[in-house]
Amino acid sequence: MTSETDTSNTGQAAPQPDAASGEIVLKTEDLTKHYGGVHALEGANFELHKGEHVAIMGDNGAGKSTFVRQITGVEQRTRGKVWLYGEEVNFAGPLDAREAGIETVFQTLALADDLDVPDNLFLGREMTKLDWLGPFRFLDYKGMRQATIDGLNKTAVKIPNIRNTIRYMSGGQRQCVAIARTATFHSKLTIMDEPTAALGVQETAQVENIISTLKAAGEPLILISHNMRQVMDLVDRIVVFRRGRMVANLRKEETDGQDVVAYITGAKTGAEFEGAA
Amino acid sequence: MADTSHGTGGLTFDKTKRSWPNEMNILLALIIIIVIFEILGQVLPYMKGQSFLFDTKDRFDSIFNEARLQIIILQVAIIGIIALGVTQVIITAGIDLSSGPLVAATAMIAMSFAQTELVNGNPNPKAIFGTWAMDLPVVVPVVIGLAFGAMIGAINGTFVAYFRIPPFIATLGMFLVCRGIALWWSEGRPVSFPTEQFAFIGSGMMPVVWFLSLAVIFHVILRYTVYGKHTYAIGSNEEAARMSGINVKRHKVLVYMLASMLAAFAGIVLSAKASTAQAGMGEFYELFAIAMAVIGGISLTGGRGSIIGTVLGAMVIGVIRSGFTYVKLDGSYQLMAMGGIIVAAVILDQWRQQRAAAQS
Repeated sequence: MTSETDTSNTGQAAPQPDAASGEIVLKTEDLTKHYGGVHALEGANFELHKGEHVAIMGDNGAGKSTFVRQITGVEQRTRGKVWLYGEEVNFAGPLDAREAGIETVFQTLALADDLDVPDNLFLGREMTKLDWLGPFRFLDYKGMRQATIDGLNKTAVKIPNIRNTIRYMSGGQRQCVAIARTATFHSKLTIMDEPTAALGVQETAQVENIISTLKAAGEPLILISHNMRQVMDLVDRIVVFRRGRMVANLRKEETDGQDVVAYITGAKTGAEFEGAA
Repeated sequence: MADTSHGTGGLTFDKTKRSWPNEMNILLALIIIIVIFEILGQVLPYMKGQSFLFDTKDRFDSIFNEARLQIIILQVAIIGIIALGVTQVIITAGIDLSSGPLVAATAMIAMSFAQTELVNGNPNPKAIFGTWAMDLPVVVPVVIGLAFGAMIGAINGTFVAYFRIPPFIATLGMFLVCRGIALWWSEGRPVSFPTEQFAFIGSGMMPVVWFLSLAVIFHVILRYTVYGKHTYAIGSNEEAARMSGINVKRHKVLVYMLASMLAAFAGIVLSAKASTAQAGMGEFYELFAIAMAVIGGISLTGGRGSIIGTVLGAMVIGVIRSGFTYVKLDGSYQLMAMGGIIVAAVILDQWRQQRAAAQS
């Protein structure tokens, strides 16, 4: 279970799938969001291929979170189109997006403190028995427990006892539980919004391990992060936002930290990037 | 980046690692309280060495003082039925203050459809309706009473879930409305003389049978069904529940409906037991029901609590009441002591939680 992930931490273990030629998981065209007169996001053309991990970077207010909110249905876009696996989608709300297979790990973790790990993983989509009982149908605790163990094994998450409530778990463990939903439900696309922002060194390592594991399993992922080291370690491609516009789309091996920072701060402009996507 | 945090260990379901259930503490407290009363019985000079729970006179029949045990559970059974519902409401981080007056209103309404036509050969002196409503099968008053409860609960739940009125306010309003309905129904006159069938619902130990069977049913529902899981999830993190696709509003209405139906059933049992219904019935029942849940370890902020805890909480109140009478403590002191015990229960629980948080 651990062997294939031990080295992939550096992001160079397995040969990367040729991103450009793979199936397109997510595509946006001219994605735009205005809040009144504020142009938070302007004409974003984005593509994510199967098995690809992409980081979204940018300063505060650059449009990263706005971009994610348009994809996940949290907000309604002003203009533009979104395709998921070639199918045009218009999510009315975050639930729609989730049902379509987009699993988002939010900065504020959507976990119920008083429930244990399987309960949280399966919240709202429990395995049940005796379904004719309607709302009083019985829970299949055994099945959910087994599926949870399988899901956690897939992400190599270590949790002392899955039957403990989330309340007293560490920040890293909680984050892992939130992420483990992805692996348990075979989501089509995982989006993580600053998953390690509030974590310590060891906990960050644990989350990064999970991300590597997802990579090895070929699960596509969008990672929003401020952490340059993390981004360079984990992803295939870096997209930089600045003042609501996508200003750079860089393959990791063709760039470095300084280059990315230059785009983030605006020292380098994205003129040469126009229309490339 | 070392892989120290990365391992195969611990991904199991280990029964031995499960934490000490909260209910065990309440059971322990219950035993301690019983021991204290036993000691008081031996120590207090005017008690002459009587035992609280054990039968010291007739050793051959049984070891327990069965009469006292029956009284202990009988006197909390009816409020206990209400507490089963209020437990569910509090788990969703709500509260239901309307249950006491709802008991009275339901008692009046149900009893009106459960009257006999003739009392000792004479027409029923307390008749509410004409003869068409006399001597109806027992199912009629019961269904009407439960339907009334369901309606009140649906209104409570709708105000809480859809109009976002704080549960305290919504059910406080319903508290007054229900007491008003109880007074208005027969213009303050008692409704009496039920059919034998109806009286049977509350006769003898029947209230205890209802309380314990309903406790088992709702324990199973809360612990093992989707309804139960969603009830805890909403109380624990309403936003997470909504994000997970749970229809939070509809679920809350269902919880308030079930709670009010349980309170209505308590009203039916109470009127059947007393063979009469009066507008002043059920006074402070809502508060004692909440107290049972609180002693049973429920968290008023939601997400935590159980039916087993509430049943044990009801037993604690029953034992304390009975014990105070046993040591011949005056009723006024009983109320004061009960108040202190409820607050002490919450303080102990908070201390226990803080300790649990510090340990992990």
